[in-house]
Amino acid sequence: MASVGIHDVRKSFGPVEIIHGVDISIEDGEFVILVGPSGCGKSTLLRMIAGLEKITSGEISIGERVVNQMPPKERDIAMVFQNYALYPHMTVSENMAFSLRLRRTENSIVTERVHIAAEILGLMPLLDRYPRQLSGGQRQRVAMGRAIVRDPQVFLFDEPLSNLDAKLRVQMRTEIKELHQRLRTTTVYVTHDQIEAMTMADKIVVMHDGIVEQIGAPLELYDNPANRFVAGFIGSPAMNFMSGHITGANGSASLRTEGGIDLPLGAGAPAASDGRPAVYGVRPEHFILSDQGAEASVVVVEPTGSEIQVVADMGGDHVVAVFRERHDLKPGQKIHLQPNPELVHLFDSDNGQRL
Amino acid sequence: MLDAAARQNAVAPVSFWTRLNENRNVLGLWFMLPAAAFLLLFLAYPLGLGIWLSLTDARIGRAGEFIGVENFVWLWGDSVFWLSVFNTLLYTIVASVIKFAIGLYLALLLNNNIAFKAFIRAIVLLPFIVPTVLSAIAFWWIFDSQFSIISWALIELGIIEQNIDFLGTPNNARASVIFANIWRGVPFVAITLLAGLQTVPQSLYEAATIDGASKWAMFRHITYPLLTPIIAVVMTFSVLFTFTDFQLIYAMTRGGPVNATHLMATLSYQRAILGGNLGEGAAISTAMIPFLLSAIMFSWFGLQRRKWQQGESDD
Repeated sequence: MASVGIHDVRKSFGPVEIIHGVDISIEDGEFVILVGPSGCGKSTLLRMIAGLEKITSGEISIGERVVNQMPPKERDIAMVFQNYALYPHMTVSENMAFSLRLRRTENSIVTERVHIAAEILGLMPLLDRYPRQLSGGQRQRVAMGRAIVRDPQVFLFDEPLSNLDAKLRVQMRTEIKELHQRLRTTTVYVTHDQIEAMTMADKIVVMHDGIVEQIGAPLELYDNPANRFVAGFIGSPAMNFMSGHITGANGSASLRTEGGIDLPLGAGAPAASDGRPAVYGVRPEHFILSDQGAEASVVVVEPTGSEIQVVADMGGDHVVAVFRERHDLKPGQKIHLQPNPELVHLFDSDNGQRL
Repeated sequence: MLDAAARQNAVAPVSFWTRLNENRNVLGLWFMLPAAAFLLLFLAYPLGLGIWLSLTDARIGRAGEFIGVENFVWLWGDSVFWLSVFNTLLYTIVASVIKFAIGLYLALLLNNNIAFKAFIRAIVLLPFIVPTVLSAIAFWWIFDSQFSIISWALIELGIIEQNIDFLGTPNNARASVIFANIWRGVPFVAITLLAGLQTVPQSLYEAATIDGASKWAMFRHITYPLLTPIIAVVMTFSVLFTFTDFQLIYAMTRGGPVNATHLMATLSYQRAILGGNLGEGAAISTAMIPFLLSAIMFSWFGLQRRKWQQGESDD
């Protein structure tokens, strides 16, 4: 196992720079997830760690060694690909043994290590099958088995669950996390799915347009997003944003939206900012129904069983609120939504930074 | 009772002809008929006729009589026939092996990212596009005993003193026609294998890179095994085309010198059409069947889906 250091890494394809100086430090044994919308450079960054892409400038180190010029096989990493990249003409056990065979490992050791990995992943009954004869989840497991057999310093996962159906994805999520808890191998995992990131990671790196927006533990990102992008990206349903400007002084400050609605700000509101334009952010789950709340009219009600999701029109802004309790709401009905002032977020209306 | 009668009433008006036409299998036969007729007329009939002729003493202008296997017995003792068998096998084996090697090499090269990729691929196809007789005539000039450009160039370079007699001595002539056949056949092998190479997912090579495979190991353990089904198809066709080759030889050497480049196909033509012995010529053609059949059997086994290709769908 090893730590991974990424220092001011840049990547250009021709004249176009797509990763603009990224710094990430990954501790030994940590499970780090790179998350962001497609095209943000997360997969490219992972492939640079793997050595499948050249680093334009900056430095990547695994353990103590700078690996910039090192070919992939010397980096002591293993990678799980989005489409699994299993060798179709090899059986499950041959697939898993391939890297060891290339290194001319002794037969008995190869068999032993393949069996240990197969045992961990429940692949023992499938060892003689070919990839075509496996289901999606089984192929996924074989791909992980191939990584485990190598006993690498770092596991790299490139959107490993995106080819699976929703139910299997949840199950494999748990399996991967359990595997990490068991093996404690440093893991870098790329996904565009913020739920995967939230549920699995020790540390999340939110990327956007080739830069790192924020790095932190899942709940830290959820509670204290550094900017509007992170606030909107993490959490589902996404945070509500309303533009307006701050009115009133310290203590009793509020934000008046463009639709003329006053929304309360907590004690943490920036001082002496009367009249300043800002974006008000509140998560759907931080609304309560209360007579003191801002008036809104229900547009759509979406019950999921465990909770109820309400889309409402609040002074021209569409807001989403989620309630655990069952409310009998009808479209068109007038309700009063009260945000919890301690849990609201305020962002600069120009650069989106948290105020 | 009433029920049964009603049912009978409902069925009775449908004529036998209508029912026959609506039957799926009968309909299928109808649709197959044009293709079947075509195959029977242009493939099965000539083949059958050829085999029949080989059992007769037919000559041009005289319908033959059945003479059993006499033609074959005669061929068995004919050294020219055996020479043509040897030539055909030599021609097929040497040309096919070299075509495969060069074709695979070219395909691997063209599969890389190189400048002017599409242009180069188009150029590689050129020998395949030119009509065989035209390229044969071009080779005839290239290998001419007096005006050969190769001899001229080598003399100018001071490597040799005299013109090489490419088509005049048996072994030179064999090498020359084999060379021409390779030149003509490589594009087919190269382009088909290139198509096969492009079906191998890039991610397999990336996975192998991380697994620590060298370039050679990737070829040996990934490219080659995944390419075997296509190799089987290509090489079967290549062998069949080469074995039955006629145009190239006939335009360049007409089987000479002293029958050194006579293939079974050219010898058959010479005996049957030029010599007028239809029966004997047909017997030579018929003698090709076992060879071709074994090539087809080889491909049949080669083309069978390998174990790793079987199983569930591609989902």
